[in-house]
Amino acid sequence: MENRRTHILQAIPGTNKIPDRMFKWFTAAMAFSVGLLLFIVIWNLVRGSYPAIKEYGWRFLVTSSWDPVHEEFGALPFIYGTVVSSVLALIIAVPLSIGTSVFLTEFAPLRLRRPVISLVEMLAAVPSVIFGLWGIFVLIPFLRNYIYPWLESVLGFLPIFEGPIYGVGMLSAGIIVAIMILPIITSVSREILESVPDLQREAAYALGATRWEVIRIAVLSYAKRGLMGAAVLGLGRALGETMAVTMVIGNRPEIAASLFAPGYTLASVIANEFTEATTDIYLSVLFEIGLVLLGVTILTNIIARVFIYGMTSPSGSKST
Amino acid sequence: MQTSPAYDRYRKLKSTFISGLCVLSAVLVVAPLGFVFFHLLSEGISSIDLNFLLNLPAPVGEKGGGMANAIVGTLILLGLASAVGIPFGVLGGVYLSEYGNAHFNRVIRFMADILNGVPSIVWGIVVYALIVVPMKGFSALSGGVVLGFMMIPLILRTTEEVLLLVPRDYREAALALGIPKWKTTVFIVMKTAFRGIVSSVLLAQARVAGETAPLLFTAFGNRYWAQSLDQPIAALPLQIFNYAISPYDEWHQQAWAGALVLILMILFINFGIRTIINIGSNK
Amino acid sequence: MKQTLKPILIGTALIAAIAMGCKPSDSSQGPDTGRESGTILINGAGATFPYPLYSKWFNEYIKVDPSVRFNYQSIGSGGGQNQIIAQTVGFGASDAPMSDESLAKARGNLLHIPTVAGAVVVSYNLEKDIKLKLNGSTVADIFLGKIKKWNDQRIAELNPDVELPDEDILVVHRSDGSGTSYIFTSYLSGVSSDWKQKVGAGKSVRWPTGLGGKGNEGVAGQIKQSPGAIGYVELIYAMHNDLAFADIKNAAGNFISPSAESVTAAMSGADIPDDFRFSIINTAGENAYPISGATWLLVYENQPDPRKGRHIVQFLKWALTDGQDIAPDLDYAPLSTNLRQRVLEKIDQIKY
Repeated sequence: MENRRTHILQAIPGTNKIPDRMFKWFTAAMAFSVGLLLFIVIWNLVRGSYPAIKEYGWRFLVTSSWDPVHEEFGALPFIYGTVVSSVLALIIAVPLSIGTSVFLTEFAPLRLRRPVISLVEMLAAVPSVIFGLWGIFVLIPFLRNYIYPWLESVLGFLPIFEGPIYGVGMLSAGIIVAIMILPIITSVSREILESVPDLQREAAYALGATRWEVIRIAVLSYAKRGLMGAAVLGLGRALGETMAVTMVIGNRPEIAASLFAPGYTLASVIANEFTEATTDIYLSVLFEIGLVLLGVTILTNIIARVFIYGMTSPSGSKST
Repeated sequence: MQTSPAYDRYRKLKSTFISGLCVLSAVLVVAPLGFVFFHLLSEGISSIDLNFLLNLPAPVGEKGGGMANAIVGTLILLGLASAVGIPFGVLGGVYLSEYGNAHFNRVIRFMADILNGVPSIVWGIVVYALIVVPMKGFSALSGGVVLGFMMIPLILRTTEEVLLLVPRDYREAALALGIPKWKTTVFIVMKTAFRGIVSSVLLAQARVAGETAPLLFTAFGNRYWAQSLDQPIAALPLQIFNYAISPYDEWHQQAWAGALVLILMILFINFGIRTIINIGSNK
Repeated sequence: MKQTLKPILIGTALIAAIAMGCKPSDSSQGPDTGRESGTILINGAGATFPYPLYSKWFNEYIKVDPSVRFNYQSIGSGGGQNQIIAQTVGFGASDAPMSDESLAKARGNLLHIPTVAGAVVVSYNLEKDIKLKLNGSTVADIFLGKIKKWNDQRIAELNPDVELPDEDILVVHRSDGSGTSYIFTSYLSGVSSDWKQKVGAGKSVRWPTGLGGKGNEGVAGQIKQSPGAIGYVELIYAMHNDLAFADIKNAAGNFISPSAESVTAAMSGADIPDDFRFSIINTAGENAYPISGATWLLVYENQPDPRKGRHIVQFLKWALTDGQDIAPDLDYAPLSTNLRQRVLEKIDQIKY
């Protein structure tokens, strides 16, 4: 195809190719700006965090002391908080999202499908800071007054549900983030389920399977990889979520067993402490935290794409 | 496999039960949206008045005041961001769809996807190091640039997709007529996909309009009107954040009002303009 | 190319135009929104402790000199010191004096200009309108996490007439670098050797328990939102938000309620050096509130921008004269006449 086009172009006499070349290279430069941008991001983070890396080395990632006054920095509480809040969010969001996409692709009445899909899209458009606002004034009082006391009375014997109930804390952050990653997981898994060939379903129905059996055998097992990809994509979002988390997690750099206890994440420590980092090394440490965060999100994105690419490539180019 | 009637009933029951769970999860997914909007409307509407829309913030602890500067600030930041994001994003997308070879495109797409996944707070510290430190000050410019950077990969990916929807025949017909490739691209391909390009731009604008984290260390916030682009500037999301974590009831109300204005702005960009374009095209 | 790109360019320009266009038209509304040509903007950042007063001052000062606007972001004292060292702002603000080490990093000679003093109150959220009396070691042990319940023996002994609830104590502290924290932790280090050993004094310390709020606003917000919470904020934040706060036992053994008067009493005995980096924590006065502190604006002796420098100096002079009269309205303690005189002399040394 490419060959034929250039061939046509060359065959036409009198075509001035200089503007053509200029346009091509100009747009190429614009496209390549993405590469430059990625370089800018990584370069600035590496440059910013170099003093901290030199000073603390790998120790930084595995120590848990955070004491700016004595310049002792360990990122472990933030890594822990980020991982735990994101995993909580996934535990809540993945079943709900997959349930919703199964509903949408397998048996929702047509006149319900479009509105539900639009509503999910609208949920994705709500900014983080608004979820934070809603979290502080609506969700947290509700959780603190009704849900958490109940959890404590029923499951209080577990170490993860003991201790004073602040309202803000790890679990609240997990719930808010879950709400925020519902749309992405739902829409990606919906696309994946839609890419499952109808032949699969028909074959299972022909064997006399019930609707659930069709879904389980023909649809979900076929789409397993892609759904995992959707979940990992959601994880990527959850890890980098900043404002809403900062507003509800309690901002305390400590590793606590209880999910009621306040925590801290990589993103929210940057949000809170960046403008006031008083010493160069403190600032550099925050850059390093940014670098860690970037590394983790890039990694999850790549993993997600590997999953989804493997899933949808045979049936089309849906790997967005 | 067992086939007794009792077992069949069990299978049917289980199927119905799990279908019910799926319906329930759909309800639970949509419910938060309902609650968020309910509270935004009920809390926000009572606090929005002309005062809120036209005045500057009042001193701490005093009544009255508004967010006029933050509303305008967000529009200015969006304008700046578009000036950065649109040319790079759209023309980059043009290259991918019209010129790029498969290998190059895959690399660019991959990098764009990675950039789309970069947490917004990370963009903030990058632009702080890139612009705020050399310019020795927080500024509207740096806030616009950070949002613009975030728009580039978004627009690039969607523009490429809408351009690929333009039938290949159009291009070949134009080239066959002796029209240079760049003219074909601009006047035939981009023109045909124009509505698609506009909505990809609008979607990107809607995405960045509510961003708060990258503005913390760039636009920084300002309780007055920004005098020039090298000064800090107010933005709605920043103001909402500051007011939400404050103890003042008055400010909480203003945060709700600001949130309502912000979400209406985003929904307007997101859905409103798209609808207008669709109607325009159906005539 | 031009013709088809035009709509896109126009679209961009339109957004920019709407944005820019709104500005002057909106700003013509209302007296205080003015964007007269030639007004200059001076950025400052720092302490949240005096923020309510500063924002009042900056607003009032528009009436004195309409040609200048002071944009103050309350990002915490740590941030104020950092940003003035980095010169991203025209002035910093802090309620912890800068260390010699930090001063050495500044690009030029940084002056501490004390503006007012205030009280850090121990504020709490308990159901009924309970007025508590606390002493230093009890407060220290609450913030150390040793006292976990509101009806703990130690609190009960100090408050025999109060019926204390059997609730968990939720400690709230600052998450950012804070002069308020500095004043509070300096006080606790002075009254509790346990605190001094385990935590120490500083703008940001390793809190043994509790959750972090951003700024005085954030801590007051958390206290207000969370039943059973206890935290420390500047007096005005508690007053504005109807938060309860405790009387604290001072060095002379009296329980003192925080107020502009009791802070003034704390300041009256203070020995103030020429660089104005002084402390009024736990002073000896009979009626002195023990957790008191002054707050400073940080400005360069050699102002980099002559026009801004002149305006900063004029403002500082106003703050040290007329501005002082506004302070008591917001429960801050104005400086003594003698100290004002000394500070004004220092301001005269600023070159621009």
